[in-house]
Amino acid sequence: MSTRIIVIAVALVALLTVPYWMPGIYYVNVASQILFYAIFALGLNLLAGYAGLVSLGHAGLFGIAAYATGYTLQLGYGHPMAILTALTIGMASMAVYAVLSLRATGIGFIMITLALGEIIWGLAYRWISITNGDNGINVQGRPEPFGIAITSAGAFYYTTLTVFLVALAAVTMFVRSPFGAALMGTRDQARRMTALGYHVWAIRFWTCMFSGLLTAIAGVLFVYYTQFISPQALDLTASAEVLLMVISGGAGTLLGPVVGAALVVVVKSVVSGFLERWNMLLGAIFVAIVILMPEGLVPGSARLWRVAMTKFAPSEKRKPTP
Amino acid sequence: MSALTISQLSKSFGGLHVTRSVNLNVEPGERRLIIGPNGAGKTTLFNQITGEITPDSGSIKLFGQDITQVPTRRRAHLGMARTYQIITLFPHDTILHNVTLALLGLSPARWNPLTALKRQSHLIERAQEALEMVGLGAIAARPLAQTSYGERRRVEIAMALAQKPKVLLLDEPFAGLSIDERQDVHKCLMAIPRDVTMVMIEHNMDVALEFADRITLLHFGEVIVEGTRNEVVEDPRTREVYLGH
Repeated sequence: MSTRIIVIAVALVALLTVPYWMPGIYYVNVASQILFYAIFALGLNLLAGYAGLVSLGHAGLFGIAAYATGYTLQLGYGHPMAILTALTIGMASMAVYAVLSLRATGIGFIMITLALGEIIWGLAYRWISITNGDNGINVQGRPEPFGIAITSAGAFYYTTLTVFLVALAAVTMFVRSPFGAALMGTRDQARRMTALGYHVWAIRFWTCMFSGLLTAIAGVLFVYYTQFISPQALDLTASAEVLLMVISGGAGTLLGPVVGAALVVVVKSVVSGFLERWNMLLGAIFVAIVILMPEGLVPGSARLWRVAMTKFAPSEKRKPTP
Repeated sequence: MSALTISQLSKSFGGLHVTRSVNLNVEPGERRLIIGPNGAGKTTLFNQITGEITPDSGSIKLFGQDITQVPTRRRAHLGMARTYQIITLFPHDTILHNVTLALLGLSPARWNPLTALKRQSHLIERAQEALEMVGLGAIAARPLAQTSYGERRRVEIAMALAQKPKVLLLDEPFAGLSIDERQDVHKCLMAIPRDVTMVMIEHNMDVALEFADRITLLHFGEVIVEGTRNEVVEDPRTREVYLGH
């Protein structure tokens, strides 16, 4: 338990001081990317990890929020209005997405979400009057929360970090709550949960809505970070990438998606600068994870750590798993 | 008023008539045993009583209230609980958590996403009490994965009892148990107070006969014989269809 607290404290201090120890602005930006992708992955993990519903179209929802921001700004509205619109439209889309896809579970759910994701991508690509097609939408400027400009890399990083920490705290509270326990119950024994008096569909639906909110928030942060949104951000590859973040880090764990997001973003943006075949490296890493730690990096490392502790420190009293 | 009244209940899967005009009347506090050969439609009848399968025709009443169209989850709130023939528990959690989930299902707190489950001390205490009742209080904190089959059967019963049901449906509670485990489960069931009406499907006649006030014999989805324990056991049709020669 104390090991866990130390690790979290060190991580928190490291996160809070990123702009001071990172070698340059580029790396601060990479850290921002990791954090908003981590929010996205936290949202998907609610479904893929805690609800047992693997969504393969989440990038579509992410994209809808990003497009809504861009389009509202283009219409001449301010940033608060753009963000509000993005979150509202994002949630409304999630509601439709959930109603359609929650007709099934398992493979059926995956196929429906895959199809919905592709439909959204198709709309982004073809509904040119709104999305500007393949050319995408440029976004000018960033909002100024409480009058603070967040145009610099450092300021944007701290904004993202704040949102991320709030999101992580909210997810932590959610999965430890009675509702969270009910959600995991529907994942493990849906039929039993119905017989015990739970409304399984409603539990899944509201979890979808929470997941949709986090996804939309990540979409808004994304579009303000890149200042640009095009159909590429919401294609199937993007959906699969977030799912890989969740699975590689550890589905159904709190910190797994965060570690997964860090892994994917670092390989994609940093390692790709040194290695042309970064895709192959990412693939190799995933294969290694699946073989060595099928449960994901976070629970897998915790397991190896425990094994190491009992092997090399036999005198110390064995502690129960945190 | 009867605890459970089933009238003219019928269900077919294509050409297979699994339930044929079944009438069943269980009085409050009664212990009813349902017997019948494999494929007689016993579990299918249970699934219709709990609402997991919708009957083609007929009606089901719980204490006079027609529940034929009421969804399964609402029936739990109306006082119906069941156990499964194939144990369906939450394998990643502790015994105590399993029973807590059963209690949470009937509590408004199940919609609460804002405070920790640990803080629902009222539910957790009641879960612990339910486990004491089935003799598992001492190992409540044990992960379910580390329990024996017989203990899991008792967890199932504890979950059903924790909900304080008016009608408890037990689907083969003795299936797959050793003689010792059977005695444990038997003790649990005999200790249940008479304000709980119980309907049990069971093949194991040694333990089940002692339990039953009345017995219903199903065969090919039809009620063949119904009556008191002795009437049914001595009926020649029971011997023919079920007990063998």
